[in-house]
Amino acid sequence: MSFEPKIIGFLCNWCSYTGADLAGTARLKYPPNILSIRVMCSGRVDPGFVLDAFQKGADGVLICGCHPGDCHYVEGNYKCMRRVPLTLKVLESMGIDKRRLRLEWVSASEGVRFQEVVGEFTEQIRALGPFEMKEWAFEPEVASRE
Amino acid sequence: MAKPKLAVYWAASCGGCDIAILDIEEKILAVADFFDPVFWPCALDTKYEDIRKMEDKSITLTLFNGAIRSDENYELAKLLRAKSVVLCAFGSCASEGCIPGLANLTSKDEILDYVYKDSPSLESGSTIVPQPEVQVPEGELHIPFLWNTVRTLPQVVDVDYIIPGCPPQSNQIAAVVEAVIDILKNGKPLPPKGTVLGATDKTCCDECTREKNVKKIKHFYRPHEVKIDPNLCLLEQGIVCLGPATRAGCGAKCASAGVPCRGCYGLPANVRDQGAKMISALASVIDSTDPEEINSIIDTIADPLGTLYRFSLPASMMRRVQS
Repeated sequence: MSFEPKIIGFLCNWCSYTGADLAGTARLKYPPNILSIRVMCSGRVDPGFVLDAFQKGADGVLICGCHPGDCHYVEGNYKCMRRVPLTLKVLESMGIDKRRLRLEWVSASEGVRFQEVVGEFTEQIRALGPFEMKEWAFEPEVASRE
Repeated sequence: MAKPKLAVYWAASCGGCDIAILDIEEKILAVADFFDPVFWPCALDTKYEDIRKMEDKSITLTLFNGAIRSDENYELAKLLRAKSVVLCAFGSCASEGCIPGLANLTSKDEILDYVYKDSPSLESGSTIVPQPEVQVPEGELHIPFLWNTVRTLPQVVDVDYIIPGCPPQSNQIAAVVEAVIDILKNGKPLPPKGTVLGATDKTCCDECTREKNVKKIKHFYRPHEVKIDPNLCLLEQGIVCLGPATRAGCGAKCASAGVPCRGCYGLPANVRDQGAKMISALASVIDSTDPEEINSIIDTIADPLGTLYRFSLPASMMRRVQS
């Protein structure tokens, strides 16, 4: 069976979710691999959400927010802009390919851009292959053989 | 009436938790007076076999310190769970992995190779690595099998309470001991299962008396690289202090001595990953909106994974390094 990536998308309510909506109403086709979660702001996306997504079986995580300067809450997207590189650094040290997490700015009018971003990211994750957690669950009989 | 039985065990730990128990000073007399210590490898010469012979649930309270990283640790965790009415994960190692948990940054093979083959303190050409089983003229010898991944106590057995800290502060231990004696003496109800004892639900910053203002950081420093203002918030001075993502209970002793909080009291209430929360906190204080500058500021944080997960890697969402 061919590999279909599971991608969690955190979309900001004011720009990117509306952008995704626009892509839908404009009948733009993009891969169904993204599971969108609407958040009020990209600044709401705690790095814990990203780790949680990977731990629960996501192969990639996409965070979309308003372009810098356009945040509905003035500076939420700047917080996200600083969190993501630090999260990437920690992910990389944890042995998780940093191409699995991406931050993109998508405005409410950029339906086409949303289509492109999702398409491109899905192909990237497809090329990277599935993400599997190692030794996450405790299995006594496995622990003694490791 | 027979005294309630007390057990204290160390698994993968440094022994500091046992010392911390003795650090409660004269209150240790009340412990000895009220409890019958049946098992405490640091202080008593009880054998595992003696514990195996005891009836289930015959130990009233077990304070279990140390992480679980070998067959022996796991066997004792199961044994003490079966024999104890109340099992407490005592200290950071048992509750979240702590310093032994940093072994999860690497693998068992790499650790054994370094310690027994590559370490500069070894005789050159040394290749002897301990084996779980070895044949000697007198028979077969066994040592406990080392695990590839360090686990916390709650990950391997059912745990009733958690007492955080590396080590738990002696005033907090004394308070817990007094509360336990009070409960047992007066037949009061136990706190709900899973309660974190000897700590509060707030963060370390709440107990820290340093002056706190708006933080705007252009460069992170290690404590030895700057002259530290004795009254100002350490994070505000660019020193990575884990106070914002660490449970209160220690009285912010490190911060008041000019040493940044390293996070030993574990995650605060309603937080599932201490390192991730600290990433959030650090990102919020970086003073830049330029991606390149942000990257260069982040580059001044020494070893982000080891710093942010120093005490909590085995209990974190990822548990261990994945590669």
